[in-house]
Amino acid sequence: MNIGTIFKKIAFYFVVLVIVVIAVFPFYYAIITSFKTGSGIFQVDYWLTEISWANYESVLKGRNFISSLWNSVLIAGVTVALSLLLAVTASYALARVRFRGRGLLLMTILGVSMFPQIAVLAGLFELIRFIGVYNTPYALIISYTIFTLPFTVWVLTTFMRDLPMEIEEAAIMDGATPWVIITKVFMPLLWPALVTTGLLAFIGAWNEFLFALTFTISEDQRTVPVAISMLSGASEQEIPWGPIMAASVLVTIPLVILVLIFQRKIVAGLTAGGVKG
Amino acid sequence: MSTPTKNEGLSLQQQRARAAFWFLAPMLIALFVVAAWPLLRSIYFSFTNTSLTSLYTGEWVGFDNYLTWRELKSGRILWKGTLVDPTWWTAVWNTVKFAVVSVTFETILGLMVALVLHANFKGRGWVRAAILIPWAIPTIVSAKMWGWMLNDQFGIINDMLLNLGLIDRKIAWTANVDTAMLSVLVVDIWKTTPFMALLCLAGLQMIPGDIYEAAKIDGVHPVKVFFKITLPLVRPALMVAVIFRMLDALRIFDLVYVLTPKSAATKTMSVVSRENLIEFDKFAYGSAQSTLLFAFIALFVVLYIWLGKVNLTGEGNR
Repeated sequence: MNIGTIFKKIAFYFVVLVIVVIAVFPFYYAIITSFKTGSGIFQVDYWLTEISWANYESVLKGRNFISSLWNSVLIAGVTVALSLLLAVTASYALARVRFRGRGLLLMTILGVSMFPQIAVLAGLFELIRFIGVYNTPYALIISYTIFTLPFTVWVLTTFMRDLPMEIEEAAIMDGATPWVIITKVFMPLLWPALVTTGLLAFIGAWNEFLFALTFTISEDQRTVPVAISMLSGASEQEIPWGPIMAASVLVTIPLVILVLIFQRKIVAGLTAGGVKG
Repeated sequence: MSTPTKNEGLSLQQQRARAAFWFLAPMLIALFVVAAWPLLRSIYFSFTNTSLTSLYTGEWVGFDNYLTWRELKSGRILWKGTLVDPTWWTAVWNTVKFAVVSVTFETILGLMVALVLHANFKGRGWVRAAILIPWAIPTIVSAKMWGWMLNDQFGIINDMLLNLGLIDRKIAWTANVDTAMLSVLVVDIWKTTPFMALLCLAGLQMIPGDIYEAAKIDGVHPVKVFFKITLPLVRPALMVAVIFRMLDALRIFDLVYVLTPKSAATKTMSVVSRENLIEFDKFAYGSAQSTLLFAFIALFVVLYIWLGKVNLTGEGNR
């Protein structure tokens, strides 16, 4: 190895290091801050200097944070389950059956998932008031379907297209109806795809803010993002940074763990819609 | 339509098409209820004078929420409506500026990160996991984290920049009119570059390796290889990624709302529209603005797909 290649190698690893530090630093800094108390918070430190659980205690003992967590889990969970249920049969039809207008239908579904959510806010507000679910989890389950359903249909369709034709042909030869093909033949093959899609949709619903802010009014109905955005101190000037960072870490840790476990699958799911076509 | 059980006498293809219809119906009904109907109602509201408190007493007012005029006795013409509302046009400009700048930077940086990740090196899996973290963090949480880091008195960013001697006094990044948009851009670029990088990486991995080997044997300069081989081949993936990001950026709400609350320098179309809809009790006026945003985005998509010849569905090559 000559000097040139060594230099190139060092430069390359330096770039890698910069990328990693930039990506991870804000989260790292939030963790450090969440462990500080009192005036220590207002001291800029680059390393962990004290470990105190006071901020976590104050967040978890606060009246509504636990109920917000529960709301978020419930709403995201139910939304994803419903979307997957509707999406499996629909994406079979879209991926495996040739019919007129299929391309147009796919484009429409993609269009809905890319919708500006504000464009339906007024109409959804009316709908939610009309069926009397304003300020309940149902309001958010209904409204989140607008982005989780098209997304799950879209990704599952691309996954299903890639299943080998022969399996389906063999099943048809045996006289299997489309319903049997989906439930008995495709489902076992689709589990990994369902997990990935469900996870991505879950993250989307977990992070949603606009609808959650608009369709809930009382503190105990809020989801986690709204609760965090509204954590406030005694006065306008006094922002409780310690508890905010503790709450942020609490809601992010599960996501980070999920992402690290399902890393490969998530990347496959994210790219399924866009690039494979 | 007859029920799917009466299948005798139908060809296999007909049977399948019929099953497909029934498989699609529940999804289509759900989408109609949560998407199409609310959209139509929102557009309808924009032509009425409906208010938040009395949703059903609104009367048809035509284009009054968009543009209307009245001639005063003195002969002066008084214009009213969203289309002559300076707040709205500021928001339009903020949104466009935000979308163009953020997507440009995300694309360039994302492509660079993807090229790094495409190289074979030790610990690549860890690096890929690390760059997924910004993507996984909820937007509201990243807004708060960065809000803290960008804090004027106690923020670490000011501390770093002061230590490096790049600034000579602390800056109120999110509150200052001149830097508020910059803050929003930085946070958004930080958060979404990973997504871009992953899409670009997937595109890069589809390029067959022997093309590069051939170029290497021919002694083509790496920079030339990038512009003559990599970029054209990764273009379809890039075009799709860019439109996804663009649509996301044009409708941005949460980051702006939480990071720079009530700042006129960053308010986007979504923020202004929601403000009117919910907070200012100008429900119909806000609906008109949300309808304009929808029209704007729809037009953009059509032009992009048409001019860029982007194939989004993946139909046709199978």
